[in-house]
Order: sequence, then C-alpha cells, then structure tokens
Amino acid sequence: MNIMTDIESIKEKVSDNQRLDADDAMVLFDQAELLQLADLAGQRRRDLHPEPVVTFVSDRNINYTNVCASGCKFCAFFRPPGHPEGYVIKNSDLDKKIEETIALGGTQILLQGGMHPDLDLNYYIHLLQHIKNKFKIHIHGFSPTEIAFLADLSSISIEQVLSTLIEAGLDSIPGGGAEILVDEIRNKISPNKCSAGKWLDVMKQAHLLGLKTTATMMFGHIEENKHIIEHFLKLRKLQDETGGFTAFIPWTFQPDNTKIDVRPSTAVEYLRVLAISRLVLDNIPNIQVSWVTQGAKIAQLGLAFGANDFGSTMIEENVVAAAGVNFRLPRSEIIRLIENAGYKSLQRDCFYNVIE
Amino acid sequence: MITTFELSNGRKMELMITDNQLTDIREKVLNNLRLDAADAMKLYTSNDIIGIGHLADFIRRKRHGKKAFFVYNQHLNYTNVCINHCRFCAYSRSKGQSESFTLTIDDVRKKLSDRIEEPITEIHMVGGINPELPFNYYLDLLRTIKEIRPNVTIKAFTAVEIDHLSRISGLSLEDTIHTLKSAGLEMLPGGGAEVLSARIRDKLFPRKIGHERWLKVINKIHSAGLTSNATMLYGHIETLEERVKHFIRLRSLQDQTSGFTAFIPLAFHSQNTPMSDIPSTTAFDDLKNIAIARLMLDNFDHIKAYWVMIGEKLAQTALSFGADDLDGTILEEKITHMAGATSSKGLTRQKIRGMIQASGWEPVERDSFYNEIRTV
Repeated sequence: MNIMTDIESIKEKVSDNQRLDADDAMVLFDQAELLQLADLAGQRRRDLHPEPVVTFVSDRNINYTNVCASGCKFCAFFRPPGHPEGYVIKNSDLDKKIEETIALGGTQILLQGGMHPDLDLNYYIHLLQHIKNKFKIHIHGFSPTEIAFLADLSSISIEQVLSTLIEAGLDSIPGGGAEILVDEIRNKISPNKCSAGKWLDVMKQAHLLGLKTTATMMFGHIEENKHIIEHFLKLRKLQDETGGFTAFIPWTFQPDNTKIDVRPSTAVEYLRVLAISRLVLDNIPNIQVSWVTQGAKIAQLGLAFGANDFGSTMIEENVVAAAGVNFRLPRSEIIRLIENAGYKSLQRDCFYNVIE
Repeated sequence: MITTFELSNGRKMELMITDNQLTDIREKVLNNLRLDAADAMKLYTSNDIIGIGHLADFIRRKRHGKKAFFVYNQHLNYTNVCINHCRFCAYSRSKGQSESFTLTIDDVRKKLSDRIEEPITEIHMVGGINPELPFNYYLDLLRTIKEIRPNVTIKAFTAVEIDHLSRISGLSLEDTIHTLKSAGLEMLPGGGAEVLSARIRDKLFPRKIGHERWLKVINKIHSAGLTSNATMLYGHIETLEERVKHFIRLRSLQDQTSGFTAFIPLAFHSQNTPMSDIPSTTAFDDLKNIAIARLMLDNFDHIKAYWVMIGEKLAQTALSFGADDLDGTILEEKITHMAGATSSKGLTRQKIRGMIQASGWEPVERDSFYNEIRTV
C-alpha cells in the first residue's frame, strides 16, 4: 500500500463511517495536512452531531486541597504533605464558593484535590454530604487517581469507595489524572499516581455503578504519537464495553513551574491531536476544546477541528494557572465565540442535557 | 470538475468545501480567475472556515510551496507624540503628557548599538506626527541608522508620515521621497491605511490623511522605485463591504505599480483606546481575513500573519490559511502592547523557526525583499 492510498483509504473509511485503526491514526499523524485533518474530523463531527450546535457548561473548579503525595513532575499546583503552603478547604470557604457559583448560573462544581495522606474516607463522605445537604448542585468530583488512592488508604475495594461516595452524593467523575495511559510514560512523569490499568479499572467500575465520567489526555511532554494512539485505543475499548464516557478532553502540558523541561506544544500540534481524537474515538459522543490551555482563539478554531463542546465557564481554575497560564473567559464571551463561528450556543448540564 | 491537486511531496490534497455557496469561487480559484467584490462578500459571510482556508492555501502553495518566511528585525518607535488622536490608538500621547517620549538621535544610536552583535537585517521605524520635529531630524534618523548599521534595510515611515514630511520640508512629494531615499530610506511598512474608506476616516481618524492621499503617496513611493507593504486595521467599526473595498483599492493600485510586497491585516486591540468596549477579534475573524486577503489580493506576493496582533498560536495556524510570513523577531514592540496585546514582546529566531517547523512548514529567514538569508 503506498502513501497516497493510505490517506485516501482513511477518507473512504470516514465517509463510510467505519472505525479507524492504530495504523490509520499513525498515517494521520505522519502524513495528513492540517486542513485535511479538519476536513475528516469535521465530517465525523457532523455525522455524530448533525445540528450546528456547540454546548458549554457553567461550573467552578474547587480544589479541596493542594496537598498531594503524588509529586508529579508536570504539576505546579501541588504542595507536598507538611509544606507550609498546603491547605484543606474550610467549610465556610466551600459554601461561599458554591453560593457564588449558583448565583452566576452555575449548575455543577468540579471537586478535585491532591492525594492528601491524612484525609480518610470519612472526610470525603462528610464533604459530599455537607454540600448535598446545603445545595442543589451537581458534584463532578474526584479523578480515578484520587479514588484509587482512597481505596489503598482505606484498604477497601475501588467498588466500595465508589459506592460509598455515590451514596454520599457524588454525581459523576472527571477524567483527570489520565495523563498518557501508558505505564512507560506514567512511570517517568507521575510515578506515584495509579497505573494506566488502575485508572481504566476505576472508570470501568464507576461506569458499571451507573456513573458517567469524562476522559482526558495531557500530551506534549515526553510521549510519542504511538503513545497517544495507545491512549485513544484503551479508552475506545473501555467505551465499547461500558458506554460510560460522555466526553474526551485533550490538553497540552504547560511546562512553566514544573520539573519537565520541554518545548511547549504549539497550537497546530494541539489541533492535530484534537482532530485525530475525534476520528479515532468514534464511540465517545463529545469532544471538548481546552480554552484554559489554548486560549480563546485556538479554542474557537478547535470547533472546526472536530470539537463540539466549549467545556466550562470555569468560574475558578487553579491548576493550569499555577503553571503560568491564566486565560479567563466569561460566559458571554464563550457564547460570542461559539456564535461567531456559526454555531448555536447552548448551555448544558453534566450529562449533556440542554438547560432551558 | 477536478478539485484535487498534488502537493510538493506527491500526495494529493482536495479543496474540500462544505458550504455549497463557495463552489463557484472554488472554480475561479482553480482556474486562476480574479475574484470580485461579490465573491469576497460570500467568503466573509460563510462559516466554512476550513473550505476558505483550503482555497487560500491552494494559492499560497502555488506561490511559495512549503516556505514560511520571517525576518530578523528591530523596531524603533522614535516618538509617541502625535497630533492625530486617532480613536483606535492607545500609543499616542500629546506633547508634554506623561509617558510621552521622543528619541534623540543619541537615543537611537544607543538602541542600535545595544544590539549591534545581533544579525539584524531590517530596521522597522515608525512614529507619531510630532510637529516639533524638523525635517532634518528624520534625515538624521535615517543617516544614523545607516552609519551604525550600513548593511541593514531601513523600512520606515507610513504614508501619513511621508505626507507630513512633504509639508514640513516644503518640498513636493517626489522631492521629499527622493531626499529620504538619498538619506537611506528603502521601503515603507504600509501602516496608516487603517481602512481605506471616507466613512471610517470621518469617524476614527479625521485628522489623518484619507484614502485618496494615502494611495497617492504610496503611488509616488512605488514610482520612486521604493517598495511598500499595505495594511488594514480591522475588527472595529468597519463593515465587511468596507473591508472588500479596501482590498479592491489596493489591488487596483498594485495592478498599476507592482510596488506592494506584502499585505498585513492588523487586528484591532481596543484596550486603553476610546473604543475599549469593542471585543477582540476571534480566530474565525482573523483567519478569514487572512485567507480572503490571499484570495482577493492576487497580485500581492506575500500575506503576513503578524503574530504581535493575533498571537503566536493563531499566527502559526494562519500559515495553513493563506499566510506565508510571520513578520519578524521584533524586540520592543510598543504600539500593540500599549493596546493590551498579550503576545510576547519579542520572539527569538529559534522560537520562530520552531513554531514554523512544528506546523509542518519550512522556515526561511529572509531580508526585507524576501531574499533568503543563509544562516549557520
């Protein structure tokens, strides 16, 4: 098979709504022109979402602690246990943040922390119950890394941790901590975080218990394209089994204030990965742009590269900001960007239901 | 109809459009036919950003293949004192106002000497209309640059400054240009055009020369054997029709003189201006403008994605939407940053090369006239 038929055969597969394999994905990485990727990803996006609509959610990131035993090399947010700048959020601060979120039309909070060695399962139960008793708000919380950490800390199964948290009020799980789902890479950048297999297992258990989750990928550090493809295929396989992923959100590693010294990924590299993710992850319904890492302009352009969701208004964001990138985007601006690109903008909830 | 063409590497690329309104335009582009104002309006009102990108990319590749140009330059803004008070400007100051400045010839000497070790090939120099500066000051600026850096190209003064200089020198336009040329002026950067429209001039820059005079000055510049760029300041109160008219006016002059080298769309930054309520341009605005410029200005060699204005990230992507030049390394950019630009104030040569390579294009360092510079 020569080079030309490769791209041509991928075009045919996309036209016929067929699944792409790892070789196809590699051909796209190695050979497709930027606008060709947009053509193909746009076609797949239109097949999945024929209506010219782009959704967004209104939420706030609340980091209940920055104390983390993980010590990932790419992270500028965490403080090690015992560090004077470490914190655990006070209930009064938490309440204030949620009140502000609701006042601004927010429908959910993204509750994430570090892997704090002194917080046990009871802390989390009380945290969730406290919120649910006081507020009517969706709790999108705790990445698989935190769940796995909590299971180890409490010496109970992942399923038990999840059931307990669900009972206490957890509504869905964000797909953070996935980084690159290849242990060879994880061992180098986040050796203390759960393995790729464990991450996927937490998601599988969560899906089987009826929780919806998202999936992410952080790229642009030490991985190669083959690792990105492996990441996609692992997610796709699990999604075939469970159907529990609502969205995929790729973002680029931000090297400032971290221990990994690499050239930051450029906009074009981000758009290429975004488009290829839309093409390979044919069973994950939604692809989100990451304006937090890319800025408003490239996020808007991402809508022409396969993405159909603008992510969240993020009334507060701390983790990426700690790595020196501090984009801000009010709700009105998200709407303007979506409509300027020719789409109808609709606010959604965590399950992608449109909010009237 | 065949809508596929072959890339330099032998692979095929289809000019895919998803907006059927653009089919006729695609046919014109493939057949090398000139687009008219109605075509430009269709392009502006289409949301098929990728389709528009393909058409512009087709023309761009025909002219320049995989090359993406940049220049190692230094910006000199000799004064921000200006009597024009254009409403879109965050840079100008009145005489005596705090933050106003005017460089002395010694200041200029120092700014150049500070960077004398760097392989700068172009000095880009523009300033406000400061009535206290005599004609000789401008000649001294040029001579000083040539004295310190004899091999550098001086790209300086907009048509607005040239017009002002002809008035204070008491010379005809021709003689003014001739005198400046003798002192070292080699090229004009193309600013001051804003939008070539009487309506926009009345509303935003009534004290500055209008489009007839701007075009006349540039015509004389080209007749004198100097080249220039052309710009358009967009994203404020102009209509799409006014943008299209701007293209047609530039294209007509270029048909006569062939003196324009590059077209540079300038995205309006409203912060610190009287129009600060106008939101910034979007990626779709910026890329459409670049692509449509590439398609309409069929007699211009180069289209610049000026990263200072649209940000490094979007400038990089613009190379796939018709742009072939990222402008320069630029240090000390002042005019746009005073209006709130969040791009870097300067990019190193290595960083520009890296941006170009990471997007699959071939970086080419050039001089002001697009001759390739071989670097080690």
